[in-house]
Amino acid sequence: MTPYLAIISARFRMLLQYRAAAIAGVATQIFFGLVLIMVYDAFYRSARAAPPMAFAQLASYVWLGQLLLRMLPWHADSEWRDMVRSGAIAYELCRPVDLYGFVFAREVASHTAPTLLRALPMLVFAALVLPLVGLDAWRLAPPPTLAAGAGFAAALASSLVLGCAFGVLLDNALLWTVSGDGLVMLVTTSVTFFSGMLIPLPLFPDWAQRALGWSPFAGLVDLPFRIYSGHIAGAEIASAIARQLGWTLVLVVFGRWLLGRGLRRVVVQGG
Amino acid sequence: MSWFALYRRYAAASLRGQLQYRASFALIVLATLLQTGIEFVGVWALFARFGQVQGWRLQEVALFYGMISVTWSLCDAIGRGFDTFDRMLKQGELDRLLLRPRSTVLQLLGQELTLRRAGRLLQGAAVLTYAGTAIAWTPAKVALLVAAIAGGVCAFLGLLVLQATSAFWTIESLEVWNAFTYGGVTMNQYPLAIYRSWLRDLFTYVIPLACVCYLPGLALLDRSDPLGAPEVARWLAPLAGPAFLALCLLAWRGGVRHYQSTGS
Repeated sequence: MTPYLAIISARFRMLLQYRAAAIAGVATQIFFGLVLIMVYDAFYRSARAAPPMAFAQLASYVWLGQLLLRMLPWHADSEWRDMVRSGAIAYELCRPVDLYGFVFAREVASHTAPTLLRALPMLVFAALVLPLVGLDAWRLAPPPTLAAGAGFAAALASSLVLGCAFGVLLDNALLWTVSGDGLVMLVTTSVTFFSGMLIPLPLFPDWAQRALGWSPFAGLVDLPFRIYSGHIAGAEIASAIARQLGWTLVLVVFGRWLLGRGLRRVVVQGG
Repeated sequence: MSWFALYRRYAAASLRGQLQYRASFALIVLATLLQTGIEFVGVWALFARFGQVQGWRLQEVALFYGMISVTWSLCDAIGRGFDTFDRMLKQGELDRLLLRPRSTVLQLLGQELTLRRAGRLLQGAAVLTYAGTAIAWTPAKVALLVAAIAGGVCAFLGLLVLQATSAFWTIESLEVWNAFTYGGVTMNQYPLAIYRSWLRDLFTYVIPLACVCYLPGLALLDRSDPLGAPEVARWLAPLAGPAFLALCLLAWRGGVRHYQSTGS
């Protein structure tokens, strides 16, 4: 395990260097969060029938989405792309570590470090500042029960490994294509739409709910966020987490197989 | 050579370059079309769930959505040089532009005429067409729509110029400008009346995006403003776009004067 931890910690420290960019990013994301909440607020005030989730739950959903935005698989690892292109991947092949583990560990760092940098100031704003300026209804409320909090912690961890498994798939694609741009756009579009980042999944039409809930993307955003606010509770929590882990397993097995196939194609020239 | 002829040459060179990889270009346009297309599906889903928002129907909201999408994608295509200006600044490439006997603004506009955002333009045009089928068009309204889009391109371009100007002091062009450009796009996709007053005022009086989208949009829809903007303001508001751009260009000039090169 130690080499993988070392990879994570080295990448992690490197990614923590970009602090000014993170502060500017936080301001932008807070702005987006406020706009989104105002839009939903307007819709909720015009609602004739009771919406499928309470406004407080929706506000939590929106803020968690901004807080954890960087945890999602948005792009392939650009250094890994350079390694594949330049042939430096040969060095990685020589190391006595499992290559899938190596790529996965890099993904873990790049999904967590930027998130931590950004999430804390946004958490302070959404949970503490908003009530202070009289916008209590818009705040990020704490989980309603201890079970919801514990369930969220477990679901968030599962979401992280699921997101990293997606990330490795994007990295794998670089073994076949030059830039991977087309595939990356396809995946990010699916992530935005099917995970709940675009609009919370419960707000989609009722006939689509079952399919949306079973897709691997729901485990990235929708399931953990709804567990947090108590929208998914009781025995359903366990089933949601099981779905996340099940998809993770599928993606890891698929990713390992794909990486093995891809490596057979790699040609390293020169000495 | 007139500035316009020179810009045409810049643009032609940029287009030729981008069309060298036709297949990859077509793929990217398709992917952006898909990407922005599903964004509107999200808006549709909200209307399917709630029916209307504060008395606005989907087809009315689609007008604002389509106008701002078309406007932003046009500006994004011509203003790329300003958007990526911080990189030029860091590498000292601005010096080259300063040596040439032409304005920096013209040369930066000529950097690139980006075609990649054609997908967003197509999507915006499609949404606008959908919205337009419910509008009683008159020649005056067509003229107003064109003026609003032209004014909007000026307003967004002004923002990109300001973003580039700020780089003279901050070097990196900070992500915070995205709140005004992308954030401005996002919030203007819905009628301004649904937002809180501080946000409305910010995007009407400081950054005049509402003047090129919401206000002329009301005139196109023949709707009275729930906030009480007078009729004449709806027709004249797009003029705020070029006025804003003029102010931003003044700031740009100040920035260029402040500029000290990075050296060799």
